Amino acid sequence: MRSRALGIAALFLLPNLLGFLAFTLFPVVASFALSFCRWDPVAEAVSAIEPVGLRNYLDLLGFHGRTDPGGQTSWVANTPRFWESLYNTVFMMLAIPFNMAASLLLAVLLNRKMRGMAIFRTAFFLPSITAGVGTMLLWMWMFNKDLGSINQVLAWVGIQGPDWLQSYFWAKPALMLMASWASIGGVNMILYLAGLQQIPRELHEAAALDGAGRWRQLRHVTVPMLMPVTFFIFIISIISGLEGGFDAPFVMTGGSFGTTTVSLYLYRQGFEFFRMGYASAVAWVLFLIVFLLTMINWRLAEKRVEY
Amino acid sequence: MRSQFNRSRLVVFGLLLVLAASMLFPFYWMAITSLKGKADVFSTEPKLLPGRQLAERVVDDPRWFFHSETGNYSQLLAWQRLVESGRGPRGFSRFVLNTVFFALAITLGQVITSSLAAFAFARLRFPGRKQIFFSYLATLMIPATVTMIPSYILLRELGWVNTYQAVILPSVFTAYGTFMLRQFFLTIPREIEDAARIDGCSPLGLYWRIALPLSTPALAALSIVAFVGSWRTFMWPLIVSSSEDLFNLPLGLTLFRGMYTDPDWPLLMAGSMVMTLPMILVFVAGQRYFVEGIRLGAVKG
Repeated sequence: MRSRALGIAALFLLPNLLGFLAFTLFPVVASFALSFCRWDPVAEAVSAIEPVGLRNYLDLLGFHGRTDPGGQTSWVANTPRFWESLYNTVFMMLAIPFNMAASLLLAVLLNRKMRGMAIFRTAFFLPSITAGVGTMLLWMWMFNKDLGSINQVLAWVGIQGPDWLQSYFWAKPALMLMASWASIGGVNMILYLAGLQQIPRELHEAAALDGAGRWRQLRHVTVPMLMPVTFFIFIISIISGLEGGFDAPFVMTGGSFGTTTVSLYLYRQGFEFFRMGYASAVAWVLFLIVFLLTMINWRLAEKRVEY
Repeated sequence: MRSQFNRSRLVVFGLLLVLAASMLFPFYWMAITSLKGKADVFSTEPKLLPGRQLAERVVDDPRWFFHSETGNYSQLLAWQRLVESGRGPRGFSRFVLNTVFFALAITLGQVITSSLAAFAFARLRFPGRKQIFFSYLATLMIPATVTMIPSYILLRELGWVNTYQAVILPSVFTAYGTFMLRQFFLTIPREIEDAARIDGCSPLGLYWRIALPLSTPALAALSIVAFVGSWRTFMWPLIVSSSEDLFNLPLGLTLFRGMYTDPDWPLLMAGSMVMTLPMILVFVAGQRYFVEGIRLGAVKG
């Protein structure tokens, strides 16, 4: 009976499980091992993978090890490109709190029984569902120095707009602006909307009876009641902020002007400079950061969200 | 009291209108640019409106859009550069067909494999169920950047780089889809299942005749997520395909963009429209399910 049950379950499970083993579980283990190795996939066969200990990790932290013919290893400081890309990534994540506040505001506006709310919800959602290379080219065109719509609008009010994507000062804010457009009306807003609909009406009514206006109700009833949703969105945004951010700089700036994110850096190291081991080490450092942040957030959430 | 209520409704409505207009403005800009000629964008006319030249041109020659030298969309479809395989359509139309093929194959694959696995996790009893499910859950947090390099090495060793299966296969197996559908299958009342079992229904029958039909909303939600996600997928195809024969629209558009030092923006915007519009249509058609799916995947999880 036991083996029959296992056989039937295996039929259901196998298609997914095989893919899971091949493209998730094996890669995770292999990536960890590879991060302690050195390998050039173009020049060498897989058999040439060579262990180098912690060298990749030291390298990305900023110490480059050189081994002379006599076997002596000397350590020199190298350009800390990894830290630069981490700085760029974190800088662009500074938009997260503002995006979340905007999502909440949209959700509050949408959360009422009025005709046309579904149409507004769809309109707000469109940027996030369509975000991709198409909308990135669109924003490149909008950010165009002389002909783009953004600088034209700025010109109406007498401001001469910058060359957004070709400037060390403006490239990051430009990418952040596009990312905000693509995120505030998206999944986060829907989650806030779902959260709002679960708040008992009585709470707002009681607050109104006590003389609380719209703003105070938002601050003292809505926001605290939405704390669990907010924590969830915050964690997800941080994870996707650290891990993502490849497509936009790759397509729009090529990573110039201080827009190389960690994932773009990793891609370049692995697939353009063919340092597979080093790129794997970068991936694991990134994963470690994500993991620690998630744990810290969970701990905080446990303390602060009580039911 | 009544009038104040109406006024606040009016204010909210007006605010929403302004916000929606500013969110949708980029799409409008993309659409009108895609209808202009290359030289039109340099004209001194007010550029935020469709423009007089456009109207004049259409009055002059109503078939203007369809001439491959003038209309951007016809020009795109006529564009060819591929030299590699010599099989199948070439150029831009090939990017479109590749995109459709990738999106359909990945969506179908995800729905089939993850619904089967989800059924096993939700409805079957077998040794190791908890452990396997937990390992699925644990990997949800692992970034794609970790798995990407060994997946590439694996496909390279199989000799699959620059093949359709290399683009499709790794995206077919999704722990997220499995998790979401499992949550949904768990909500199907046990009594229905028991009744069917008494009537002699096999596990496969339960899956096919009961679990799947009762989960249409969840399946639709997963399909939309999978379709849109694979329609716009960029990084993975970039890694495993160097041949233009395999390019999807995102890769094709970046190729286009890179070909000119002085980009033909109206033409590029036409290409962006071709990539963007289908996602809008799919979303608008299925958004009811989609919104439900987000709640299922996130709030319960």
